Amino acid sequence: MSAHPVASTLRGFSQALSRTLVSEDAAHAGGVLQGIDPRAKLVGMLALVVSAALAHRVGTLLVLLAVGVGLAAASRVSLWSLARRVWLVAFAFSFMIAAPAMFMTPGAVLWRWGWLAATAPGVHTATLLVLRVEAAVTLSTLLVLTTPWMWLLKALRTLWVPVEVIALLAMTHRYVVLLAETANQMFESRQSRVVGSLKGSEQRHMMINTGGVLLSKTMALGDEVYMAMLARGFRGEVRLLTDFRMRSRDWLAVSLLLAAAAAAIVAGR
Amino acid sequence: MHIPDGYLSPSTCATMYVASAGFWWQALRRTRRQMLGRALPRLALMAAFCFVVMLFNLPLPGGTTGHALGVGIAAIVLGPWGGMLAVSLALAIQALFFGDGGITTLGANCFNMAIVGSIAAWGLYQLISLGSTANSKRRLVAAALAGYGSINLAALLAAIEFGIQPMLFHDASGAPLYAPYPLHVAIPAMMAGHLTIAGVAEALMTAGLFGYLRRNEPALLGLAKSGSESNATPKTPRSLWGGLALLMLLAPLGILAGGAAWGEWAPKDFADQAARAQITAASGNVAAPAMAPKGLSRLAGVWTAPLPDYAPRFVKSAGFGYFLSAIFGVGIILGVVWLVQLLTGRRDETRDLAERER
Repeated sequence: MSAHPVASTLRGFSQALSRTLVSEDAAHAGGVLQGIDPRAKLVGMLALVVSAALAHRVGTLLVLLAVGVGLAAASRVSLWSLARRVWLVAFAFSFMIAAPAMFMTPGAVLWRWGWLAATAPGVHTATLLVLRVEAAVTLSTLLVLTTPWMWLLKALRTLWVPVEVIALLAMTHRYVVLLAETANQMFESRQSRVVGSLKGSEQRHMMINTGGVLLSKTMALGDEVYMAMLARGFRGEVRLLTDFRMRSRDWLAVSLLLAAAAAAIVAGR
Repeated sequence: MHIPDGYLSPSTCATMYVASAGFWWQALRRTRRQMLGRALPRLALMAAFCFVVMLFNLPLPGGTTGHALGVGIAAIVLGPWGGMLAVSLALAIQALFFGDGGITTLGANCFNMAIVGSIAAWGLYQLISLGSTANSKRRLVAAALAGYGSINLAALLAAIEFGIQPMLFHDASGAPLYAPYPLHVAIPAMMAGHLTIAGVAEALMTAGLFGYLRRNEPALLGLAKSGSESNATPKTPRSLWGGLALLMLLAPLGILAGGAAWGEWAPKDFADQAARAQITAASGNVAAPAMAPKGLSRLAGVWTAPLPDYAPRFVKSAGFGYFLSAIFGVGIILGVVWLVQLLTGRRDETRDLAERER
């Protein structure tokens, strides 16, 4: 059978699951970013991401990227894993989109290959786009990798995110892992019972049927979870236990990150 | 279609966050009332389902594969408000945790896919399935078109957001600072893939899941399971018929509006002094051309309507002519709908009969 769609779906599930485990490991490695209060880290790193989005200069974006690499090294985040999972993927995606702009933007010609002519404004635009994506993705990935998911969600209260949304995000994340694992098992058990090759329409039918069963299970699980919540005393109010405490080093960290973001905004204009 | 960080200017991102915030606030307000019920776990689980379904690599006719978003089925099962919350949550998890789609662009991504996508999917499903039986094939077509329409509308919005960037944000030399392609490049580039691959994947997934739920979990779709109820043709709401009759009776009010609608001038209006004065006044005092444009004169006579200007020639009273035209127009629409129902309904009846005999 042409197992590509099923195989790639299974690969997608295992990648999602392994990524969850890797990020949990990184969040507990004792490094610089892991030691900062999640609220300080959230505000500071988001400010840096916004400054990358605002930057119009290649030099500023390179400095922001260097800051990201430095923070990753100081936080014991594997640079090889970051390069493979983040930089390479972001580069491939953004370069694919930015590359034609090098030839389509009018301006002074830099290089010419036959009828293809790369212009100076085109190359500048493409470089800006690729570097901005790399810097923003590196900084936001570092925030997520160095903060346990539940702490990150609780820190979102600092940005006035309603408590119900935080509870929903927490539940969604928990059940994403469970449903991905369930779907993975369903595909594996189905695939292990297939002998020979399946036609495209049969593969489609199998996929949709698995999706349907997963949806039924999802809804049934929703009811079970609700009953469990009731049994544990849920009365319709969502409460979060926040035991974060800002220490002097957290204030110092958020001040430094905000100062760096402000400097990048001024220098990047 | 998940726009990453860096492609949209911060001001576009802020605008999209503000636009989405209104819908999120309203959706949460409606959901808060149900928080004492099952809404909280059901929304979270539906969001998790949407996330997982996005990983499905669906084989498409023609040998290619595509990913669905799940926005069509989420809107049909949870309604537009629940659907937009569930898909927004899935997109937030993707952006925050998996780096798929940016953090600064999350407002734009949610507006395109979760908010407009859910409203479009729910609206299309309701509109197309209006008045059909629970087992009707039309409901399946409605689900497919809801998926197809919603994802393409979301893609069009994303393309517009990309396409306005070079117009609004460029440096002194004119080089774009964000997404570099103008609308005439961004729209075809984005729509080509969505009209052919992503749209088909979403349509197949929505219709497939809808069909599965209708067979096995009809209560989730608000459809009765028992044979007698499911085969009964739902009555068209009386208020709809009442409203339609009232609108037909009010049709003659149209003659109270003086002059021609802007841009609906006839070639002879350009030669008439009074009509020319009206055109000039309605066009910001820009004088109308001395003669009707050549193209307009040539093409204006290609088709002669049977009831020109809503005034049948054999009726003297303009008001009565308007009323007759309204009846005629509504009659044609109802006739076409009846014909479609006849073509799809007969097959459904035969299939239902065969299933009951089995």
